[in-house]
Amino acid sequence: MNKKQQEHEPIPEDMYKEHMLELYRSPSNFGVLKNFTHESTEHNTVCGDEITVQLEVEDEKIRDAKFSGSGCVVSMVSASLLMDKVKGKSVSDIFEMNKEDVAKMMNINVTPARIKCALLPLEAIKKALRK
Amino acid sequence: MELGVNMKLNNDEAKKLKKDFPIFRSNPELIYLDSAATSQKPKKVIDAISQFYENENANAGRSIHSLAEKSLVRYDESRATVANFINAEKNEIVFTKNATDSFNLLAHAIFPLISEGKDEILLTEMEHHSNIVPWQELAKRHGLKIKYVKIRDNYTLDLADMKKKLTRKTAIFSLTYVSNVLGTANPIKEICEMIRRRGALSVIDASQAVAHTKIDVKRIDCDFLAFSSHKMYGPTGIGVLYGKKEFLDKMQPVSFGGGMIKKVGLDSTEFADMPEKFESGTQNIADAVGLAEAIKYLEGLGLDNIKKWETELLAYALRSLKEIEGVKVYNPGAEKSSSTISFTLDGIHPHDVAELLNKDGIAIRAGHMCAMPLIESLGLTSKGGLCRASFSFYNTFEDIDALTKSLKKINEKFKGIQ
Repeated sequence: MNKKQQEHEPIPEDMYKEHMLELYRSPSNFGVLKNFTHESTEHNTVCGDEITVQLEVEDEKIRDAKFSGSGCVVSMVSASLLMDKVKGKSVSDIFEMNKEDVAKMMNINVTPARIKCALLPLEAIKKALRK
Repeated sequence: MELGVNMKLNNDEAKKLKKDFPIFRSNPELIYLDSAATSQKPKKVIDAISQFYENENANAGRSIHSLAEKSLVRYDESRATVANFINAEKNEIVFTKNATDSFNLLAHAIFPLISEGKDEILLTEMEHHSNIVPWQELAKRHGLKIKYVKIRDNYTLDLADMKKKLTRKTAIFSLTYVSNVLGTANPIKEICEMIRRRGALSVIDASQAVAHTKIDVKRIDCDFLAFSSHKMYGPTGIGVLYGKKEFLDKMQPVSFGGGMIKKVGLDSTEFADMPEKFESGTQNIADAVGLAEAIKYLEGLGLDNIKKWETELLAYALRSLKEIEGVKVYNPGAEKSSSTISFTLDGIHPHDVAELLNKDGIAIRAGHMCAMPLIESLGLTSKGGLCRASFSFYNTFEDIDALTKSLKKINEKFKGIQ
């Protein structure tokens, strides 16, 4: 990256902050749901990340959400946080969630190369809900 | 920079060579270990392209004026430079977009060359997608079967398995000279000899070899050979398909229009001779000129010098990486490979490794490296593939030390996770 680019697009120093690594070490919402109504598995062919999402939906609202699978820090942390975020939300709210919401939720500057990793859990949720 | 006859490439020379590449001036902190993805470009190549556009640009072979003539001469000279570089005849060189495009052209045009009774295409598990997918499409179109030669535990090609699978039914055996993941250099001359004895067509992917070792198509005696300019210090957007005269002559064009014709009537067209019949439309003249300049640069350094120095670098990198805790290297050793080392860091996803190396200014490749069947056979698909550091003559021992240092730091950061 040349100097000019560095000034305009700082390389995020916080993508591997301790709290991110902590969440990677012990993810929250990791596991399976007994009474899930929706499920889907999504792959990121670039990284080989794989994530399975299970949702319990009642009256068009997400009651519970869990994920399993393996991947890089970015996709795993995104999954941990996203499961919390979607609980209580309506299905239509979730379809409106986008890249910006995920970046905001993670509170890190996701580089363009890694945005696919960050979005993988959201894509899995949307795919499950479309079924 | 040109090396005198008695000069050798070494760490000090490599530092000087970096100055030939403007990218290192505009990115002084850059440690570029991704030359297998694309190499950086010397100033001479960049200048040759600008020089062409500034002074000689016209549509080669179309208009009757001095500039157009000059442009045609430059295009033709570039083809001759490429031919001379790999010891081919000028009309055996077809310009394409890149190696992938070369394979696509070939897979579309090769069928009439296949003798009766042959219905198998042989590939290896270490192929890049560009040397798999076009053949899968050919197989689909003509009901052919594809087989893959296995890889041994030491990351070399399983020659015993190859002998089993290379039979009288084999129509085409297409394989890489150097693996873009393992770095393994295959004994290509011996393999081509075996292919010939079976009466099959040999196709060589030289993309990862052409900038690192001297290629002589007459010595190898392969039927076809493909490579990209951008991996050998030339521009993107141009590549080469070499084919033996007798074969190119029999093959029909696959893309039609201007430039590839002798005579067009309302109902029928007479095609141009090889290689022009494969080059429809206005060609990428400027980048052909750029590629020729890159070849001159490589020849100035000497491929033997380059090979020697890069082997030294590779051996140094292998030694350094093996000292790091948790590193697993997927490489058959410096003597059997060329300029590329893939590795994993125990418990850390390759994309995380690449991202953290990037913070230290180190550019590597991570993921499946466009070789998903290989990653699968190595059992690494669910782990996100591999990290790959690839070298060029402009790399130094210091570049490798920086890599080692940074990897140790990453290990430290992730401690407790593994």
